This record gives sequence, structure tokens and C-alpha cells, in this order.
Amino acid sequence: MSNSILVVGGGFSGLTAALEAAELGYEVYIVEKSPFLGGRVAQLNKYFPKLCPPSCGLEIQFQRIKKNPNVKFLTMATVDSVEGESGNFTVKVSIAPRCTAPSSADLGELASSLESEVADEFNLGLATRKPLYMDTPFAFPNRYVLEPKKLSSADAIKVGASDACDLNEAPKEIELSVGSIILATGWKPYDVTNLTNLGAGQITNCISNMQMERLASPNGPTDGAISRPSDGKAPEKIAFVQCAGSRDQNHLGFCSYICCMASLKQALYVREQYPDADVTIYYIDMRTPGRYDKFMRKAIADEKLHLVKGKVAGVEEDAATGDVIVEVEDAVKGHKAKIRHDMVVLATGMQPSLAGEANPFGVTLDEEGFVVDGEAKGIFSAGCAQKPLDVMRTAQSGTSAALKAIQTVRGR
Amino acid sequence: MAEKIGVYFDQSALGIIDAEELSTGVSNKFGDACPVVKVFPVLAAASAREEIKKDIVEHGLDGIAICGSSPRVDWDIYEFENVIVERVNLREQCAMAYKNPDGTIPAAGGAAPELLMAMAKDYVTMGIIKLQKTATPEPPEFESVKTILVLGGGWAGLTAAKQAADYGYSVILVEKDAQLGGKALNMLKTVPLEFPYEEAHDTGLEAKIEEVTANENVKVVLNATVEKLTGTPGQYTALVGGQEYNVGAVVLAAGWKPMDNELLAPFGYGNVPNVVTSAEYELLARDGKLDAKRVAFIVNTETVTGGDIYSAPEEVEAEEAASEEEEEGYVHEDLESVRHLAYSSYVNSMIALKHANYLCDAHEDARAYVLYDSMVVPGIHERYYKAAQDRLGIMMSKAEIKGIAEEDGSLVVSAGNTLMGEDVEIPVDMVVLPTGIVPATAKDPVMNFDYRQGPAFPDLDLFDGFADSNYICFPYETRRTGVYAAGCVRQPMMMDAVEEDAIGATMKAIQCIESANRGVAVHPRSGDLSYPVFNFVRCTQCKRCTEECPFGALDDDEKGTPLPNLSRCRRCGTCMGACPERVISFDNYNIDQIGSMIREIDVPDDMEEGGPRVLILACENDAYPALDMAAIRGKSWSPYVRIIPVRCLGSVNAIWVADAMSKGIDGVMLLGCKYGDDYQCHFVKGSEICNRRKDNIAETLERLGVEPDRVEQYEVAIDEYDKVPGMIDSFMDMVFEKGPNPFKGY
Repeated sequence: MSNSILVVGGGFSGLTAALEAAELGYEVYIVEKSPFLGGRVAQLNKYFPKLCPPSCGLEIQFQRIKKNPNVKFLTMATVDSVEGESGNFTVKVSIAPRCTAPSSADLGELASSLESEVADEFNLGLATRKPLYMDTPFAFPNRYVLEPKKLSSADAIKVGASDACDLNEAPKEIELSVGSIILATGWKPYDVTNLTNLGAGQITNCISNMQMERLASPNGPTDGAISRPSDGKAPEKIAFVQCAGSRDQNHLGFCSYICCMASLKQALYVREQYPDADVTIYYIDMRTPGRYDKFMRKAIADEKLHLVKGKVAGVEEDAATGDVIVEVEDAVKGHKAKIRHDMVVLATGMQPSLAGEANPFGVTLDEEGFVVDGEAKGIFSAGCAQKPLDVMRTAQSGTSAALKAIQTVRGR
Repeated sequence: MAEKIGVYFDQSALGIIDAEELSTGVSNKFGDACPVVKVFPVLAAASAREEIKKDIVEHGLDGIAICGSSPRVDWDIYEFENVIVERVNLREQCAMAYKNPDGTIPAAGGAAPELLMAMAKDYVTMGIIKLQKTATPEPPEFESVKTILVLGGGWAGLTAAKQAADYGYSVILVEKDAQLGGKALNMLKTVPLEFPYEEAHDTGLEAKIEEVTANENVKVVLNATVEKLTGTPGQYTALVGGQEYNVGAVVLAAGWKPMDNELLAPFGYGNVPNVVTSAEYELLARDGKLDAKRVAFIVNTETVTGGDIYSAPEEVEAEEAASEEEEEGYVHEDLESVRHLAYSSYVNSMIALKHANYLCDAHEDARAYVLYDSMVVPGIHERYYKAAQDRLGIMMSKAEIKGIAEEDGSLVVSAGNTLMGEDVEIPVDMVVLPTGIVPATAKDPVMNFDYRQGPAFPDLDLFDGFADSNYICFPYETRRTGVYAAGCVRQPMMMDAVEEDAIGATMKAIQCIESANRGVAVHPRSGDLSYPVFNFVRCTQCKRCTEECPFGALDDDEKGTPLPNLSRCRRCGTCMGACPERVISFDNYNIDQIGSMIREIDVPDDMEEGGPRVLILACENDAYPALDMAAIRGKSWSPYVRIIPVRCLGSVNAIWVADAMSKGIDGVMLLGCKYGDDYQCHFVKGSEICNRRKDNIAETLERLGVEPDRVEQYEVAIDEYDKVPGMIDSFMDMVFEKGPNPFKGY
């Protein structure tokens, strides 16, 4: 029997669940598959509706972790198997090697001296990075990650000479005994290559909303300048295509909750940087629930920000100019048009991370990959593992999952 | 107060800074107070930590200064038992951030420039002084009452009561009506709350009520409200129905009421027959009276909520300000408005779908028209929308509502810009209008806090009366510790969200009670053992601390002497910053501590020769990390500044600025969070209050003959790392232009 709690996922819902439980005195393990905590929100430039930076809240969460010995976290870690039952789970976890010293040694100079470049998933392909890296300056833990297999032989010699790097660190496997489990596995951006009518990710200046966040972020590939990926040009006419994958039986059979607010927010990013730029949002329904209505109305009071109700049928690239042609039917006026933009943002939806992935937890997933049960077994889902939510709702969800998990292990 | 301090330098973190020279300097200056001073090539190495542990025992050290990387990293490495640890940030904010006065960066491997060594010396000295002025706080004796007061017996309140009781706590469940159940009592069914989210179903209210009333830990008090809440989290006394209850924390689940129907008059409500609200339609459904077969369900509220409903009417504001000054007692501003209808779009879209389904359930030949601008059914509820689209008898269209009128005994809804082509006229038997959710707190203080700062939540006007939080990341944090809102009193929401919210609020309430019991702070300084200590001998009853505390932690007696309530306190230090008499201090953070650090900054007598000095007081939560990150990103700043982190700009006492000025420091930069309606300050008001106080500081400086713009406050968000070095540089330009502080050398 154990009264410890395992939290799978170190994004915002997982961090919240773990900290709330820990601050009530329960021992918590966070298992995070990436090398850093923070999850999706670490990639965002600002939150709606306050337009405040996500790293502000993350900084507090990380301070809370540092101050609380009840919280233990494992990064680069994945759950292999879960055995047992409510109150008495045995969880096997694999930990991939970080290959750097367990301290925040400053490897910045060493990293930038390397010649190897690898695809940068954190920046969603907008940049490359070194195989010795941190995602952001606020990365937590603030410790570099080394990918030995991706080093050139010259780089391997350089890195091998550093006391702070260990090219041969081995993977580890550990076992945790916990009383309940919180699944805070979060979401992933829907794969644009499935959206064949919307360019399938092959049109350079047709980017996804998450790529837009990276472009606008001060720690992103352009230090926050929103520019066309093909030529670095400042966009003058930019379109947002809502429901790119969402609300579509062929892709995601649900609404992703956040994209309308996200596009409005990103439209403000553009309008702030480019006072002359023209922005159009093509939408089916503007879904700005609750007090977000105020945010929407203030945003669309801008006469250079247009809302057009209409489903986008397709986008094409004009190879000569790099422009993107949007084919759209205005649902109210009833006419079809092809409209040229110099940049297009697809409001791609959120797909649950567990979709198409291993599910060692023994919970039922619906056809989309959302967790639909588990509570009776002592396994609780939080945040976007359960349904699409925004950050505020995710924090509520994480807090409530913490109490549910505690009710299961209390007194054991 | 650390008396025997070990000082350890991490050469691997110091770049070209000469650690040996710093080490010699420490020994010369502090002598026996620092019996161990060592330089390690890599301080993070396990062997180094072992050696420090040995030193602690051998030399009886009670304080450790770790001079190397930022305190934000490697917290787990530099943890030592029974000593106070101070991290001197010589890496990010000294070695990495340094540039020469001409903007060049000294070559790696070369000798450290004199100015860099001077900066490092100042930081080390300040770190040691800080240790000497830091005591380990002992938590106050306090015993919490493990009872939660749940205010409101609707869906949220019932959920909270059940959860708290399951945790083993006692619950006082207070309901203003004669029975439990709240708005759910009126409901035939709820919109789908569980997978597959496609069909409305029973609410399950009866079973939920039964679970609560059958629980021996729950005491239900009906027909009652909270007349007064006195005391502090962990030890509140609630006056309910004339009787006193001892409770530890509160879940505020007081719910909502429908918006005044008069505001729906433009839709014909009140003068056209068979125009009802959705709240009324729900009752008809519950009572089996769905006689009308052709019904229009209006979701588009533009007729009422069109125009600029969010701009503040200016005249009213002026009036308010005037009346506030005149009136003595508290008057609750009625915050109900048409905005509540606009905010309820999600709920109303869902309810329209449910009602259209009710209608089709009641009549085979039903015609349900759902007219909307946008169907706001975000997230998983899309599935319910899809299911309704597929149902025969339900027609949905975007529409502008042009009019609702009676024609020849029938109702006609005129709509334009629909998806059915041009303008249409829809003959119907009944029109159902949406309902605005007006939170209980828009109409009444509800909480009735017996606090000096008033009976209601202070930020209600920011949220149109909802008892909500301004924090996206921390939605349970408000300015009243120990009271956690849940359900529609906080935001319009569906019952699934209410349930989750109520469980979360209960979690926070339990946590608050347990934290108070241990004498530690709750969010954001959760676990902090320190608390403000008042030396009342010097108190002049000026009331600044009681007025400025963002959390209403301080009441006062009839003379005006502050009465602290520690479990309300979030340990931000705003009271300490407010106090002109330096009455308030924390064991590990106080006026003398920071003042002494400032006085230890080495200020050259001649600015021409040694350069100016500028003090930066930086919010430790946002500006300080931004500075760290600026350095990590390769930015640098003037070698003449010295940075001291503070808990919050609200804790900055004017005396520190005076200390700096009388020391000959040429300028003071205050780096804090954004303030205003979208404030980012983790203590709500700290940066805003500091800015207000700055005006007083400016006046004082002017009287002394010092230019007031030598002290400036900047709003720095945590992600403005690329901007903050520029702010410092332009401030330095201003200082150079002005020349030396006239007090220099005195």
C-alpha cells in the first residue's frame, strides 16, 4: 500500500495536480517524457485573454517544486507498465539518458561551437538546433540535454572533452510504488500533413497556430519577429483558417476549445507588430465562451481585423511570390472567392497525446484518444487528456484531479 | 542571524572573475565572521558538497554563501541542513552580464577588469551581510478548525460538501432557500456531461442531495445566509442564521440568478405573448407543459448586447468616486448588466440545443428553430451540437434577429443574413430567449467579511460581479485567502465544469486549513515559514499597512493599531514597504537587512573616476528571472548597477531609496510587474502600490534637492529579457547626463 501519487505528464495540468497534492502533504512523482517540465504552454508566446507570458506562471510552479520536498520529478521518462490496483500500483518507468552532468553547468559556449544541426521539434520545424541544447532560457530543469547519436565525429571529440558531458550514459529503469495515478498526458498539435486540402504542411508560408506562437515568442527562432518563413518579409495581408482539422469527422470529431481565442490573440500579435497589416479570420462559429466575449469584441473593434464566416475549402501556393491563395465560401453572402494572402495561419486543433500511442494504464480511450474512465480504478485524468480545455480550465481540472487522487490514497 | 559563515566560490561559474582575489577580500573584510572561505574548481561536484558538509560540522557554521550560479538553478545541489544558505549570483548577473563601460566584452581567458571585480565584490559582500541579517523563522502556534463552510446548496455546493466530508472534515452547508439543490431543481435534464456527450440525461440531483444529507460530517443549514465572517483562515467564526460556527475555510458556491427580464424587452419580452426565457422554458419542460410545437430558440443576443457594451460609462465613474468619499458605510455596487447575457453565450448555446431536443421529444411534428450568431459549444460539447444537427425537426441558422412580433394571433420572428438566403420570417408559437447568468456577488457582498477592507471581494468590478480570479494559471487565487469560489458565482459554466471547479475549490480550502495549521503561507509563497512581525512600540497608527495590504490581512483596533491575521497573509511584505516607522519585519526579510546590503555597496566618491552607481530593486518572481535570462541569452548591461531581488515591489520601503541616495548612489531602478486591470503581480497590488508610493518618494527627494527622476519604476514582464538591458542602458544614459548624486561624498 502506498499513499504516493504518480502524475504522468509535466505540463500545466500535471504540474498543478502534483503541486496541489504535494502542498497538502502528499508525496508526488511527476513523470515527464520530454527533457523539461512545462509542456505545451512553454511553447506559447502569450496567454489569452490577458496577453501575459506563460513563463510567468511556470516560474511560480518551478519555485513551488524547488521549495517542496514532496515533489519528485523525472524527465525524459516514460511509463512502461502499470500493475496492481487502486492503493497499490507498481509502475515501471524508463529514463532516457540526459548525458550531461546533474547540474546547471553553463554549456552555452560548447553548444554553440558545435557544427551539427538537428531538427528542432520545440520550434516545430521553423529552425534547427544543436544536439546539445535547452528549449528555452527558462527551461526547467535548467540543464542541457546531449544527444550523442546526433553529434558529428568532430563534435563528439569536443563534447567528449567536457567534464560536464557523458557520451556513454546508459538508460535506466526504475519502479515506483504509488497509490493512485493522475493522467495529465496533454495534447499534441493535429498533424497538418493530414490536411491535404490545406497544403499538408508543404506550403512554406502557410504555418500552424503553434508555429505562429514560436514565431511570436521572444525566445523563438526569430526572437519574436513575425515574418514569412520563405523570405522573412513582414506580412501585410494574413489569414487565419479556423477549424483546421477540428469539427471534422475525417480528422478531429470535436472542437478544440482554444483555437478561436488563440487566433484572435495571434491577430493581435500581428496587429501590434504591423500597424498596417490586414488580418482576416475565416471561421464557422466564433467560440469565445464566458468572459472571453469581451476579449473578442475588443479585438474585432480593430477595423483591420476582419471576421468572415465561411469554411475554407483549400489553400494553394503561388510559387512565384510565395503567397498563399485561400479558397473560401462566404457562408452568409454565399459567394466563393480565391483570396491572396502573403501568409496563412492554420488554426490546427489539439489531439490528445495518447491518440495512437501506447496505453499502459489500462484506461479506456474514446475513438479520438481522450480518457473516458479510470476513476473507479484509482486513475484520474486531468486537463486535455480528458477533453480539450484552455489553461485556466486545465488548472481547475488539475486541482480537482489532485483531490480525487488524494481521496483514494488518504489514510493508507 | 548567521554568525559563522562559510563562503564558497565556484570557479567554473565565474568566467574571468578571480575567485582567489574575492576569497582573500572576504577573509580580510569579515575575519572570524567567515571562518571558512574556499574556492572550488566545480562547486557542483559531489566532493565539494561533502567538503562543505564537513566544514559545517567542524567549524560550527550556521550560514553558507554559495558564490556562483543563480539562485534559480541547482537548488537541489546546494541544500544543507541546519544552516542558512544564500546564493550569490556571480554567474548570470555578474560574469555573464558584464560589459565594459564602452560596451565591449572582456576577452575570455584574460584578466578580469577592475569594474567586474568591483561588481563581484559588492555582490559577495551583500550576500554575507544578508546572511548576517537573516534569522530562521519559527512558525507561529496555530490550530486550525477542520471544518469547511460551504456557501450555497446547489450543484457546486453539494459537490464541495461531499468532497470535504469524504476527506474527513466537518461541513456546514448553508443554503438560502428552503431546500438543497439550487438551479438544478428546476431542470428536467442536463446537457450531456459524460462520454459520449450526445444526449441530455437526468441530473442525478436527488442522489447527490441524499449523499450529502446522509453524511454525518455534514450539517445543513437551510433558509440562511452568512451574516458575518469574522477571523482568519483556520479560525473563522461564521454567523449563520443568528448562530455562530467555527470554520476553517469557505467554499463560495452561492450561484447565480437570471438577469433582469426587463433587459430582454427589446426582444418583446413582457409585451409580446409567448415570449419566455430559457429559464422559464426549462420549468415548462420540467412540468410537462411543452404545448407549443413551433418554437424559436434565440441564441443571438445582438439585439440586446450589440453596441459597445464594454466601455465604462464615464459619468457613472465620476459619480462613484464622489459618492465613495461622501459615504461612510459600505454600499455594494449593483454590477448586474447586459454584459451578463453576453458572457453566458456558451451556456445559452448548450441550453438552446437541449431545449430544441426537449421540443422534439415532446412532439413528433415539432419545429425547433435555433437562431444564433455563433454556436458557442466549444470542446467536447461539439458532439452534442453534431447530434442536434442530425435530428429531424431541429433547424439551426446564423441569423440577425430583426424583430419578434405578434401577427394575427401568431408569433413571427424576422431574421436577416441567415444561411437560408435573404431575410426570412419564421412563424412560431413560442419564442425562447436566452438567460443571462448574474452571479450572486454582483448583487450582494454575500461573504460579509468582517474585515477592515470591507465585506465583499475587492476585485468584483474587474469581473462584472463574478467572484473570479485574475490569474489564468492560478484560478483559485483571489485577494481573500481561505475563501475559494466555485461554479457560476465565478464564471458562467456548465455542470461538468461546475463539478470540477467545486472539487478544485474544496482542495484549496482543505489545503489552506492545513497550511494555516502548520503556520505556513499558501500560494504563491506556499510553505513559507516567515511572517510579518510588528513592533507596535513605534507604531503611529497611520493605517497605511492596513489600507495597502492586498489581501486584507490587517484589521485594526479603534485607535488604528493594526491587528494582523497571519493566516490571511501571503507574506509579500507590502505592509513592510508601507510602514514609515519601520515597524514591520520578517525574520528573513526586513528593512535592516536590505538597507544594510545597500549601505555595503562600494560607491566611488568621484563619479568621473569610478563611475556612477545605480541600485536595481527587482521583483524576484519576474524581473529577476528576466535579468537572468537576458544574461543567458548573451545580453549584458552596465557595470555600474547592483541588483537586489525583493519579494515584491510592494515590499520596497522608501527608506531603502533614502539609504541609497544618502550613500551617494546615483539612481534607483525599481523593476516590477505590469499593473492595471490585467495585472501580472503575483501579489495583486504590489507593483501598483509601489508606483503610487514613488510619487511620495519623488516629493521627498525634491525637498532634499535630488532630482526625482533618479528613481524610476519600470514594468518588466518575465519574458522581456531582450528589453530589460536596454531599459538599464537608457537609465544609465540619464544618470550620466545628470551627473553625480548631490549627496555623493557626504
